[in-house]
Amino acid sequence: MTATTELSQAEPESWFHRNQQAIAPWLFLAPGILFFLVYVIAPVFQSFNLSLYQWDGLGEAEYIGLRNYEDLYYEWVDRDAFYVSLKNNLIWLVLYLLAIPAGLFIALLLNQTIWGIRLYKSLFFFPFVISQVVVGLVFTWFYDPTFGLLNQFLGLFGAGPINVLGNENLVTYGIILAGLWPQTAYCMILYLTGLNAVDPEQIEAGRLDGAKGARMLWYIVLPQLRPATFIAFVVTIIGALRSFDLISVMTQGGPFGSSRVLAYYMFEVALSEYGFRMGYGAAIAVVLFMIMMCFIVYFLWSMYSEEKGH
Amino acid sequence: MFPTPIEKQPKAAQLTYKALLPIALLMWLGPLLAVALFSVKPDADFVNANYWGLPSSFELMHNYGQVFFNSDMPRYMLNSVLITVPTVIGAVALSTMTGFALGIYKFRANMWIFFMFVAGNFVPFQILMVPVRDLTLDLGLYNTKTGLVLFHIAFQTGFCTLFMRNFIKALPFALIEAARVEGISEIKIFWYVVLPLMKPALAALSVLMFTFIWNDYFWAVVLTQGAESQPVTAGITSFNAQFRAAYHLMSAGSIVAALPPVAMFFLMQKHFIAGLTLGAVK
Repeated sequence: MTATTELSQAEPESWFHRNQQAIAPWLFLAPGILFFLVYVIAPVFQSFNLSLYQWDGLGEAEYIGLRNYEDLYYEWVDRDAFYVSLKNNLIWLVLYLLAIPAGLFIALLLNQTIWGIRLYKSLFFFPFVISQVVVGLVFTWFYDPTFGLLNQFLGLFGAGPINVLGNENLVTYGIILAGLWPQTAYCMILYLTGLNAVDPEQIEAGRLDGAKGARMLWYIVLPQLRPATFIAFVVTIIGALRSFDLISVMTQGGPFGSSRVLAYYMFEVALSEYGFRMGYGAAIAVVLFMIMMCFIVYFLWSMYSEEKGH
Repeated sequence: MFPTPIEKQPKAAQLTYKALLPIALLMWLGPLLAVALFSVKPDADFVNANYWGLPSSFELMHNYGQVFFNSDMPRYMLNSVLITVPTVIGAVALSTMTGFALGIYKFRANMWIFFMFVAGNFVPFQILMVPVRDLTLDLGLYNTKTGLVLFHIAFQTGFCTLFMRNFIKALPFALIEAARVEGISEIKIFWYVVLPLMKPALAALSVLMFTFIWNDYFWAVVLTQGAESQPVTAGITSFNAQFRAAYHLMSAGSIVAALPPVAMFFLMQKHFIAGLTLGAVK
């Protein structure tokens, strides 16, 4: 700092040059912040506001206070939609987390150095690269009652056929399983990278102390994998609450709305062929946002503590 | 290394491992291989319920030919390219600058702005949906590729800023101080000192963004309709409606739609994984 001040005193410079260290960050930030404010931050507040109105997207919006939320709470408008969606969201959140142990398991399986293992790792990771639309299609056929692989397999044992996507009690689990496929691949790659960086000396020390297998994993390896676990947790939670593509492609919320989640229900309400209910949709989005906010605050808090630690 | 390297295990364990690995992989990719098999079968096989037997004739050229020359698929693919490439360039450019600002300079609002980007990146799409759709309509950009690109750039700037800022923060700060002592202006520091060091981050982020944007479905459905501007993820549903129950063509179409990100991944694997796992290791 002192060096720069001396320099600027040595030769007369413009105001910009003298203050450039204070101004430069704002110039670099301006375009990014502008875009982000217009397309991300402002819409969040607009949606909050809109949720207090009744609006079909075309005519005049009518202020109705908290009516939309009351309608949701008592399910006056759509029977059995809001709470089914909420319940499914919860199931998604809990079961989606299985991707973390499953990813760790596959990572441990593949963390070897035999010939060709790199190709194995890439191919196991493969599902993550494919779009969810295609994953949805692939799994729709996988579950198909007449020719799906699942029922072919069950047929070997004389069981089935079961129509997973046509069964109100199974459909959500079926879709979650499809979602777990790419998500597990994602967690696997995080753990493979983490395992790569595990300190070999600590492992050796553990071995000398007689630690093996599960004990070694729990007391020596997992603590070193904490950063990977944190990221896996973040992306899995976000992924679970964002579940939209699979539901839209595989069932469109059916049968009888039993596989809806808030994200899909909102879309259906706001942009369905039965007329646009923007305000009501916004109210659903606000509920979803509030659920997400609990996690966002936790994530930010963790990151903040981390930054302070440095 | 954990678990214990397999070479140090008994011979029997080694053989079991090497034998089970391909089987596990086959099961893991089973649903996908099924689609690949479907895509080379003739129509007759589905009529005769020969779903899982060998194809009665090998129709790779015919099926994929149909997709490429007899459907809107090439159109959708081109749209996807025209949406994805500008978005990648835009988001990476914006976030290189924001990442530089947040990674290098110390000022009071720094942390708050950084957290704004991170938090925004986690927000559910639905809370943005109605206002963004309205904004796009008002700008006259509804059902255009530009409308989709602008939104994607803005939204992805959140994740990209997180990525770039963490990368820049890990660079040796002494370099920048040295440049300042030399009296080099901040913009030149950005361009000549920091940017050359960021090549790996630029590559990693570009590959990641390409995949994320290519695979977007939600915003494609919200902001576009019809073959003139929809990307392939949204197009595939109309394609499937056009070829309802023609499983061989739907399979071929899906594989074509999924291919570009897959190719990108295999070609740029090192960068892709480096990008995806940034922060997974301290």
